[in-house]
Amino acid sequence: MINRKQSPDIKNSVEFEIKLPPVESFHLDNGIPVYLVPAQEQETLQLEWVFDAGNWYEAAPMIASAANNLLKNGTTNKTALQINETIEYYGAFLSVQCNHQFASVVLHCLEKHLVSLLPVIREILTSATIPEQELEIYKQNGKQRLSVNLQKCDFVANRNMDKYLFGEDHPYGRYSTMEAFDQLQRDRLVAFYKKHYTFNHCKIFIAGKTPRHFDALLNKTFGTDLWNGKQEITQKDFSLQPAAEKKYRITNDPNGVQGAVRIARSFPNRYHPDVPKMQVLNTVLGGYFGSRLMSNIREEKGYTYGIFSVVYVYNTAGFFGILTEAGRDVTEATITESYKEMQRLCNELIPEEELSLVRNYMIGGILGDLDGSFKVIRRWKNLILSGLKEEYFNNAVNIIKTISAKELQQLAQNYFVKDDFYELVVV
Amino acid sequence: MIHFNKFTLPNGLRVIVHEDHTTPMAVVNVLYDVGARDENPEKTGFAHLFEHLMFGGSVNIPVYDEPLQRAGGENNAYTTNDLTNYYVQLPAQNLETAFWLESDRMLSLAFSRKSLDVQRKVVSEEFKEHYINMPYGDVWKILRELSYKKHPYRWLTIGRELSHIEQAKLEDVRNFFLEHYNPSNAILAVGGNVQTDEVKRLAEKWFGEIPAGKKFNHDVPREPEQTAARFMEVTEEVPLDALYKCFPIFPRLDPRYYVVDLITDILSGGGSSRLYQTLVKEKKLFSSIDCYHFGSLDAGLITIEGKLIKGIKMQDADKAVEEILQDITEKTVSEEELQKVKNRTESLIAFEDMSLLSRCNNLAFFELLGDAAIMNDEIKRYGTISVEDIRRVSKTIFTPEHSNTLYYFAKNKLHDQQKTVA
Repeated sequence: MINRKQSPDIKNSVEFEIKLPPVESFHLDNGIPVYLVPAQEQETLQLEWVFDAGNWYEAAPMIASAANNLLKNGTTNKTALQINETIEYYGAFLSVQCNHQFASVVLHCLEKHLVSLLPVIREILTSATIPEQELEIYKQNGKQRLSVNLQKCDFVANRNMDKYLFGEDHPYGRYSTMEAFDQLQRDRLVAFYKKHYTFNHCKIFIAGKTPRHFDALLNKTFGTDLWNGKQEITQKDFSLQPAAEKKYRITNDPNGVQGAVRIARSFPNRYHPDVPKMQVLNTVLGGYFGSRLMSNIREEKGYTYGIFSVVYVYNTAGFFGILTEAGRDVTEATITESYKEMQRLCNELIPEEELSLVRNYMIGGILGDLDGSFKVIRRWKNLILSGLKEEYFNNAVNIIKTISAKELQQLAQNYFVKDDFYELVVV
Repeated sequence: MIHFNKFTLPNGLRVIVHEDHTTPMAVVNVLYDVGARDENPEKTGFAHLFEHLMFGGSVNIPVYDEPLQRAGGENNAYTTNDLTNYYVQLPAQNLETAFWLESDRMLSLAFSRKSLDVQRKVVSEEFKEHYINMPYGDVWKILRELSYKKHPYRWLTIGRELSHIEQAKLEDVRNFFLEHYNPSNAILAVGGNVQTDEVKRLAEKWFGEIPAGKKFNHDVPREPEQTAARFMEVTEEVPLDALYKCFPIFPRLDPRYYVVDLITDILSGGGSSRLYQTLVKEKKLFSSIDCYHFGSLDAGLITIEGKLIKGIKMQDADKAVEEILQDITEKTVSEEELQKVKNRTESLIAFEDMSLLSRCNNLAFFELLGDAAIMNDEIKRYGTISVEDIRRVSKTIFTPEHSNTLYYFAKNKLHDQQKTVA
């Protein structure tokens, strides 16, 4: 008989050697940097063209995301339908992304079709026309989608919290509105496109199986000319304008049976040395299924289906927050318990057993998160676009393995200060 | 091609091993052959509630998650109308921890009253979050009841109503466990940086002594063929009118299932698809439109759902959808359009197979269908479909007497304001 009470021996996190698999890099003839994590096992491929075209650079709300969205909706030679037909005929998927600093065009395809697809991407990037007709559809459908989202308590809570933390004129606090949709004008989108989607603001990130002579092919398509011309852009400065009022209770849906609870505070930007340490503290508090918030508020009290805490860090600022959707009658109890859990981390050292569990859990997670070229390129992309090196990653791993309970308590005392937190419930 | 080895323990547990030595990770996936379709109509939501209770401690291990997290692992589970699936991902060196945990909860649960009390509440909140407190959240409750009259697909996995979950008793939990959670009704799929011999040794060591249990006989009532169009309308507090149409399709292993899958892509797989291009881009009747099915084991539904542009009449929108459906039943699609959706399917399978977890999930799923090897035949089954098959099968499914139509009207059409109380 085996002893089922006794857990099998495990290998501990500190014994795992975690190394970020390498990225290959080179430049096209026109200077565009290319980063590549090759993989030969599967036929799949991902290519991302990243531009300095995030909402940081827009002169009015939603210009960056609208321009990004409409890039693929018409070129001087092709209608939106023709573009879609070409991409889709080859079983490929074209998507776009726009965040605060960067905007990108992403292609997922099978290696055997890449040769046929690259010229279409070239066409989209170099001769997008952003047709008026497409813009009108984008505005109308965007407003319709927004009207549905505005009925969801979590959506309303998230955008309000961004506004309180950063101010609604700041790129981090700005959000979509019906008015902003109405005010989108084609000529401003075209001007934004011409200024930001140029060869000198482009970086290319690739993962997966590449065809033979790939470098030459890429260079031929994107590297031999100064496409869209060289444009200079300046980084504007925005000052944070956090709200003075800290507590909010909003009734968005009088019949709502749940409330979206958000408790958040500002946090330093991604370059601050506390960031990797906070990741550990955050995990203990609300970063995994066994976290203190989940154990207490879901598994002990059943107030919610899930409660999490997060650390979000951007280039110039960040925030730490707790988020959940809880039964309408227990939202206040959820807030009270959340503060109680933060206070406990200020008052008591995290027991070594719990801390070692969290270390192992986090290291296991990173190990899984480095599994596969698509995941590895995402790590590299985040480092490269932030101007960071591999040491940043190694340091974060090292902190997970070695940070002491005492340091974490100190960190909790610095950041878990009740008066610094914004509180919001949206029913 | 996904390689695997397969063996069965003397107690009936089917084991699939998928070796992939390019990853440092391992996945342990346990599929139980029980879903919401096996529930008593008066006790719906039970398979899913039970899934939550599987994390409430087993006979020898008080807390499931803690030792797993200590081993650097993550886990989760899901319940569908057909099955319940539990999965673990962890560093391959700690593989045995997953065997220990999964085998103990197959052996027996702790059946703690506290766990039941709390999880009833948690599931109630899940119910509220996804089905009540969400615009259009009740659509699938309505559509299932409209489209099925006998088959248990007529209720959601979360349950027909909250009260069924609230009334669950510990005795129900115990009976459910005895009936469904045993080696005869389970499939174990292990993948990643593992060796088949070692998996075999661990499977025998940890699962070998669990009593076989009885194979559950799914006595699922058949849905009689629909003979007349069904129609329903509701008015709710949502911002936009929405149109839903469901038509019965075919069981998962029926050759026509694969044809239906391609039909959904012709209709709404991407920006060049028929519904999107015609109704969103050209006629501007909808702001979004989709066509999908759930891939269920018994005969499922193909569904078309769209949100209407404000000011468009529901009847006009409905008529426009019907014209497109009629077109695909009358005129054969071009070879090029068919090739496009086949290429899309090939890509989707390739991208899905990139994930070790998804490969292991699928191996267990196809073993449930009869043989894990079916997984490697999928591409071939799509490949042989002809333009005539598309027309023929479309004609069979898109008939007026098989339609189930829901007009979901917005009561309060302007909901852009919000009230703030500081």
